[in-house]
Amino acid sequence: MSAAVDILSAVLLLVGTLFTLIGGTGLLRLPDVFTRLHAASVTDTLGAGAILLGLALAAGWSLLMGKILALLLIMALLSPSAAHALARAAIHGIRRPWLDEAQK
Amino acid sequence: MRNTLTLLLMLSGTWFLLSGHTSPVLLSLGLLSVAAVIACTSRLELVDDEGMPVHLLPGLIRYVPWLIGQIIRSNLDVARRIINPKLPISPSVIHVDAKRLTEVGRVTYANSITLTPGTISLDVSEETIEVHALTENAAADLASGEMARRVQRAEGT
Repeated sequence: MSAAVDILSAVLLLVGTLFTLIGGTGLLRLPDVFTRLHAASVTDTLGAGAILLGLALAAGWSLLMGKILALLLIMALLSPSAAHALARAAIHGIRRPWLDEAQK
Repeated sequence: MRNTLTLLLMLSGTWFLLSGHTSPVLLSLGLLSVAAVIACTSRLELVDDEGMPVHLLPGLIRYVPWLIGQIIRSNLDVARRIINPKLPISPSVIHVDAKRLTEVGRVTYANSITLTPGTISLDVSEETIEVHALTENAAADLASGEMARRVQRAEGT
């Protein structure tokens, strides 16, 4: 049982790291502020989510697990608010989104 | 009264979760600070149905698992496009209808849109939400209105 939890925790940590890395790659590769925010939300959701879940499993039944799960909840509420604030600030500034030519 | 009781439970729970202390002296100090917070928020008239939205909980319990599924699905899609050497994206800006949602519903909807990779809410008004979508699929998914319907069902209107 304990070994299974350890393995699951390790897999979750690996998956989280992978998606954080992909999010970072996207931040560098994508063309403008709006598309980059999409890459950032990969890091915020699956990246941070999987890492925190993996850590919660590694912590076992304790107050620490509760604290990590509380962090997960806070992340889920804060990161879209921050992303929206950024996007709104960008659109109310002069930034026009880089749009696909075919879509216009 | 019920809202004050909920606030008491939430604050005490948070206090204990973050401190982990059990000695009587510290527990009574904790209780004292909880009482102080409740006194302040009551005087500010913040303890109402809007501040303690317990009535939304049953709807949220049905909505959140579906949202997590959507988040994982669109995460995989966006991640695949980022690591694809050709970078197959086609950004667009669309407007989705939010007329039939209440204020809380609009906030939930806009936050869900932003939380899902591939779509970000740019501007929220009374009637519509302006959304930046990374791909045609993401835009089409949102335009189908499934998420709006589920938010509407979750808040029970």
